[in-house]
Amino acid sequence: MAVSTRYETIIGIEVHAQLRTESKMFCSCATAPPPGEKDEPNTRTCPVCMALPGTLPVINRKAVELVMLTGLALDCEIQTAAVRFERKNYFYPDLPKGYQISQYALPLCANGRLEVPVPAEETSVSIGITRAHLEEDTARLQHGGRGYSLLDFNRAGVPLMEIVTEPDVRSPAQARAYGETLRDILRYIGASDGDMETGSMRIEGNVSLRPIGTDAFGTKVEVKNLNSFRSLERAMEFEVARQADALERGERLVQETRGWHETEGRTMTQRAKEEANDYRYFPEPDLPPLRPSEEWVARLRASLPELPAARRARYVDGLSLSAYDAEVLTADLALADYFDAVVAAGIAPKSAANWVTGEFSRLLNQHAAEGLRSSAVGLRPAGLAELISGVEGGKVSAANAKTVLAEVFATGESPKAVVDRLGLQQVGDAESIGAEIEAVMAEFPSQVAEYRSGKPQLFGFLVGQVMKRTAGRADARLVNDELRRRLEE
Amino acid sequence: MINRSDVEHVARLARLGLTDEEIDRLVPQLSRILEAVGKLSAVDTSSVGPTAQVIALENVMRDDVARPSMSREAALAEAPIREGGLLRVPVVLEEGR
Ligand SMILES: [Zn+2]
Repeated sequence: MAVSTRYETIIGIEVHAQLRTESKMFCSCATAPPPGEKDEPNTRTCPVCMALPGTLPVINRKAVELVMLTGLALDCEIQTAAVRFERKNYFYPDLPKGYQISQYALPLCANGRLEVPVPAEETSVSIGITRAHLEEDTARLQHGGRGYSLLDFNRAGVPLMEIVTEPDVRSPAQARAYGETLRDILRYIGASDGDMETGSMRIEGNVSLRPIGTDAFGTKVEVKNLNSFRSLERAMEFEVARQADALERGERLVQETRGWHETEGRTMTQRAKEEANDYRYFPEPDLPPLRPSEEWVARLRASLPELPAARRARYVDGLSLSAYDAEVLTADLALADYFDAVVAAGIAPKSAANWVTGEFSRLLNQHAAEGLRSSAVGLRPAGLAELISGVEGGKVSAANAKTVLAEVFATGESPKAVVDRLGLQQVGDAESIGAEIEAVMAEFPSQVAEYRSGKPQLFGFLVGQVMKRTAGRADARLVNDELRRRLEE
Repeated sequence: MINRSDVEHVARLARLGLTDEEIDRLVPQLSRILEAVGKLSAVDTSSVGPTAQVIALENVMRDDVARPSMSREAALAEAPIREGGLLRVPVVLEEGR
């Protein structure tokens, strides 16, 4: 299906993100099993989140703050009039109360904006944020395909934030870039893990097309079941092509919800919207209203950390890093913090970036399977800084420094201990290197003679022999200088 | 007032399967109930703001501290059918949300 150039793509995006709290939205059940323990179904419930009669919800302050913090990061207006929670009524087995406590008429945050870099289009776009509000997650329903479903209420009542954009997204690549940019922000401010694979972040795309030059929106299709940012982009691409194709053939599109099928690479009808949803929202009588004070909002605003975009700008403009290095570093908050600490320990930014994005990241990824993250690595930034200083001061060769780093990752020793244990201190004095060179020249007299009679390519061979004798510990620059001086004598 | 399709709509939202006879009976019944409640419309409320709650409380919140939950046995004690640690329900088609 070729995408027609006669239509403009209109996409709006809805994100649901589980908030990073210890306890649920309206009760004190934990949101996750204790560290290191398996998540056993139906072990984190109580009369409140199981909707037993006579129970009352109490608002989790941290969840409210995380939504406001998100709103501030997205340039939203924070509601300081009374905020109401409302009941969204529908019957479904994953909803113990028969309604979800959500926000409708007055969301906590509204009218924001997010600047999204879109590398694929070599541009950046400004996406309007309609609203960000607070609600609660549903239970987890497993469809067994055996005529029945299975329910786990551990997730029921986990704080959930919904973030809705204006229909400002104009391409599948922009949709993906928006999702990734938003995820980075949520992680930076500690609002959510933002993990699409585990479902702590869920995305839906609303897609429609309209003939270029017209204002009215076309028929909107909602796409669900997107398990990665790549799926989001692929699903949007498929849907744009499908709709353009249908319009070209003069077919009428139906407003519906379609599910993305990853393996088949296409969207399929899940549910046609024959009748409009009828949620019968009304104010939650069990919760007193929330009225965020100006001081509270100001305090949160002051606590907002440096966001990824600002950090990238600081790295490029302030530290003269390349855009690429800045991008790699800021994509992972822990990595960016690690880099900052290495720089703070006195290493030049360019050099610190090379090591942190290079060898350090490579080893980090290699050990990723063991659950190692830059925040959990035994090698503290000061240790890496010491190693880099060693290389730059000629105490350890660059090649050996990589060996040291790998050992540090494997054993958890300090770089200095590894250098001592493996005897990797660089041989850097002209005298001992001179002795090794003399020995090599004595061992290979014919090669020395050939070099002197005009075969410069033998220089590399002789350097190699010196390095071999010193087990790679010789300062390469010094070996070059000293060897050339002796051969030219 | 209330007609057949209103009753059918409300029944669908409540996941109730009503027979034709039940619908026949419910149309006038629900109409009478609405009529009774509708008498409130006669009260002059022009000077009263919309009220969702009468207790003068605001910003009632708790700290984000996790406490022990119920045991799984207690949580599933009333479940009609269980499968392992899970509660078993009939398949419901994704509808209405
Ligand atoms: Zn609970």
